[in-house]
Amino acid sequence: MLARRIIPCLDIREGRVVKGVAFKNLRDAGDPVERAQAYMAGGADELCFLDVTASIEDRPLLIDLIRKLSKVLFIPFTVGGGVRSVDDAKALLRAGADKVGVNTAAVTRPALIAELARQFGNQCVVLSIDALGPGDDAKVTTHGGREVTDRKVCDWAREAVELGAGEILLNSVDADGARSGFATALVECVIDAVSVPVIASGGAGSAADFVELFTKTRSHAGLAASIFHDGSTTPNDVKKVLQNKGVEVRL
Amino acid sequence: MIGVVDYGAGNMQSLANALDHLGVAWRLAESDADFTECDRVILPGVGHFQSAMQTLVETGQNRRLAAFADSGKPLFGICLGAQLLLESSEESPGVDGLGLIPGAVVRLKTETVPHMGWNRVRPTGESPIFGVGERDAHYYFAHSYVCNPVSADHRLAVTQFGTSEFCVAVGRENVRGVQFHPEKSGPVGLQLLERFARC
Repeated sequence: MLARRIIPCLDIREGRVVKGVAFKNLRDAGDPVERAQAYMAGGADELCFLDVTASIEDRPLLIDLIRKLSKVLFIPFTVGGGVRSVDDAKALLRAGADKVGVNTAAVTRPALIAELARQFGNQCVVLSIDALGPGDDAKVTTHGGREVTDRKVCDWAREAVELGAGEILLNSVDADGARSGFATALVECVIDAVSVPVIASGGAGSAADFVELFTKTRSHAGLAASIFHDGSTTPNDVKKVLQNKGVEVRL
Repeated sequence: MIGVVDYGAGNMQSLANALDHLGVAWRLAESDADFTECDRVILPGVGHFQSAMQTLVETGQNRRLAAFADSGKPLFGICLGAQLLLESSEESPGVDGLGLIPGAVVRLKTETVPHMGWNRVRPTGESPIFGVGERDAHYYFAHSYVCNPVSADHRLAVTQFGTSEFCVAVGRENVRGVQFHPEKSGPVGLQLLERFARC
């Protein structure tokens, strides 16, 4: 049976890990390579790196970081942030990323998803959606949650999968950083809309939140940042609780 | 010395990193001489069946791989590299695979596709690539197609996903392949690569 995945996420700016609440007030949270290795040792099933500034000037720094990460990470990792073209994605994958995440650029130009899928295969293309609002009414936002579009989250997810997205990373802007639980109704709504795996993100504050996610929804994975950042909770800690509740995990 | 076939596959660097981490000596297997000098060869792979086969044919690697398999030395395919060992694929109708193991590659009919994440792998019998007594270890998968060998003897391991059970490791004498990614499957995957390096 397929295990539910626990995916620590690291926001990267200028080669360092940062964390804020609802995409604001970013503060330094350490060296990405050290963090990533600690997460892998602590039972992370996968890692996600999001370049939150994604300016052209930072690109060589990010590529260099991916090279370093790929030498020490023997679990899969996704890199997102500022991917606008096949060439952007190719640079990340060549450096060692297993999958690329696309967000704003795909909303602006959906054909990007098809181009990436054709070039690298669906399994390499993760569509990241920043969703504002609950369940059926949730709207797609762009630019890290700063701009709200008219597009419905479930419609966009469905369209993106038809274009070739192999996985949906669904982040609830309302829940992000609040540590008050995943947006489970929203997650189920998107799972109903698509046939690819859905990763739920935003709101994890405790192991109990993951239990709720995996017992109330069919989500393939839960992604979280702040709960793992201070090192007091490891992915394995969460997975032990999940296993006790009868959830299939890799331990 | 392990030879690694590079045809632009996506996981080439990850495999190289894993072999380096294990301290296993490897080189790129490109020329006839490379294949002669290597005592085992890995065919990695992420991507499309047709474009991979096209590259292998254009570079003459299909011929070298077939000769290597005939020599009796261990050949190991990973993910798409495993699929290429078979005769054909539903991903690319009409395109010949390497044909080293009788059978076809078929599209997954599971509720979610791709089959993405960590799943339990159950060896069907003894094989040098799996540990002695190994059962239900988790390996990392990311694929939409699976190998379907004609002979049950060529199915080295199976996995369950939803209500489906499918073959995730193939083998015919010295030619073997796995659908999952040992180079991305943590300590368990690294151990599998190490066993191949010594089998």
